Amino acid sequence: MTADFLLTLAQAIVNGLLTGMVYGLMALGLSVIFGVMRIVNFAHGEMMVVGMYLAWMGFEYLQVSPMLSLPVIAAIFFAAGYVLQRGLISPFIGRPEHQQFLLLLAVAILLVNASLAIAGPDSRGVQMESQFDSYELGPLVFDAVRLHAALAAVAIALLLWLFFTRTRTGKSIRAAADNNLAALVVGLDVRRLYAVTFGVGAACVGAAGALMITIIPVSPFLAVEYTLLAFVIVIVGGLGSMTGALLGGLLIGVSEAVAGLLLQPSLKSMFSFGLLILVLLLRPQGLLGKGPQ
Amino acid sequence: MSFIRRLAGNAPPRILWSLGVLLALLLLAPALLGKYWLSVLILILYFAYVGQAWNVLMGFAGQLSLGHALYAGLGGYIAAGLYFHYGIGPWAGLFAAVAVAGMAGAIVGYLGFRFSLAGVYFALLTIAFAEFTRVAFDHWEWAGGSGGLFLKVEHATDIVNLRGGPVLFYYSILALAAGAFILCRALLQSRLGQYWLAIREDAEAAQAVGVPVLRCKMIAIVISAALTALAGVWNAFYYNNLFPETAFAMGRSIEITLAPIIGGLGTLFGPIVGAVVLTGLGEAFTDLGDVLRIPGTKQIFYGLALLVIVVYRPAGVWPWLADKLGLKERRP
Repeated sequence: MTADFLLTLAQAIVNGLLTGMVYGLMALGLSVIFGVMRIVNFAHGEMMVVGMYLAWMGFEYLQVSPMLSLPVIAAIFFAAGYVLQRGLISPFIGRPEHQQFLLLLAVAILLVNASLAIAGPDSRGVQMESQFDSYELGPLVFDAVRLHAALAAVAIALLLWLFFTRTRTGKSIRAAADNNLAALVVGLDVRRLYAVTFGVGAACVGAAGALMITIIPVSPFLAVEYTLLAFVIVIVGGLGSMTGALLGGLLIGVSEAVAGLLLQPSLKSMFSFGLLILVLLLRPQGLLGKGPQ
Repeated sequence: MSFIRRLAGNAPPRILWSLGVLLALLLLAPALLGKYWLSVLILILYFAYVGQAWNVLMGFAGQLSLGHALYAGLGGYIAAGLYFHYGIGPWAGLFAAVAVAGMAGAIVGYLGFRFSLAGVYFALLTIAFAEFTRVAFDHWEWAGGSGGLFLKVEHATDIVNLRGGPVLFYYSILALAAGAFILCRALLQSRLGQYWLAIREDAEAAQAVGVPVLRCKMIAIVISAALTALAGVWNAFYYNNLFPETAFAMGRSIEITLAPIIGGLGTLFGPIVGAVVLTGLGEAFTDLGDVLRIPGTKQIFYGLALLVIVVYRPAGVWPWLADKLGLKERRP
């Protein structure tokens, strides 16, 4: 039994790692937004679900594979995030948390119910031929769609890293995140930088949605679950830390897959929330975070 | 009488008269209103009560909890479970419910406050505990598991077991709402209430001038959890069913926070005004949604209304309304 079991376990870990990369990309959006402007995006899971719906629509009505519609969806999300930040969220930066919470809750309600009104309550998935493909590495099987989604997530995360370390705008955003006042003093347009940041965060979650739809079908009721999942991931990894978000995504992806194998599947989220409580109490800055301010 | 005079304090006579008239009308309401409007009023009073309970922790002591469904759910499940399994009526059961929810509040509070989690971090801790408990109840046979716990629907009025029609539940929630209002007023006038406000405004400064910060926060969360548990007990016996998916849901926790935030955080009338506004909007949009026949339209209008209120009245409706009506309390 042991050899068989170890193989099943290894397979679960592989699947968890691959899904975890996409989780990580989703959480990256939340982390970037919080890290720069200290706004907790309570509409994150709802944005994820909208991204999944857009990719589904592209596939269903225009026959475009989610991988190809991903750049378009990311661009739409960037623009929408930019406008949303500029028009609605900007005045709320630095306001009491409960006001930010209510604002983004209202946005979340609008997004999820607009999806419900347009696409209906049934769950929607894409049926692609590549869903039956797989790669084999020794005894381990890599589902093609999962592997492609994970690789795309890694590539996007790398792009993001290049953006924040190599471009002028990216560096300016990091400057504004480190010291808002100093950034203003040296003449950075912080308001625009914040809007770009929200756009980038939104683009991450939109792209994650386009990747996720190739793995599991979407329904409006997933939104709250994804919001909570993104919170768990960024807290475990470290709110505001980019590598932390990716690491947290992998950790939660693997722990979900392994818990689903060893325990009843319905108990797996208990494991995540238990982990969240432990991290909050013992290391509230997360595994890789710099600490709450 | 001196207790009442002290409670009234510096409130303008106009507000006291209005309160008296309002209470008289509310007492007469079952005779004046039809079945539908009575059910709406019950909903308003429920949200006003549970909002008042949440407001003690957030509005007074400044600690954001987004997991209050934990206390309502525990309260409901314990009272309903005791009645369902052992025939122990809710009047006895509520002591157990309050005790357990108070304990839960103490645990969440102690961990959160002792490890100095503030703001969003504390809010996430409260969410995590509520979600953790939700999954646990999904798998707990005594509480009915994910299939839910059902109480037998009875129409004969039986005050001892809190069984009966809408009128019984109307007067019970009215008593709770009025009681919570008076309790909160008394708390705000007490030394403890002043300590809370000091902590809310600046915890470090409060600590520096000798306010026992940890103890005051603990008292706030235990009172808030205990009051919320009563709402849970009432809710369980009013609706006769409990599911972990709804009783401990994130949505339930959010629902509890809305009336006080919309109405005006930290004010006594905020939760009441917020409950009226939100329940009114909810009912109106339900009718509209029925006309339009598209899923989600009710919630879309609801979301838009929340958006408009938080953008234009971020401090809540009541402070603005009180100013307009000339009902601001005089500062001594």
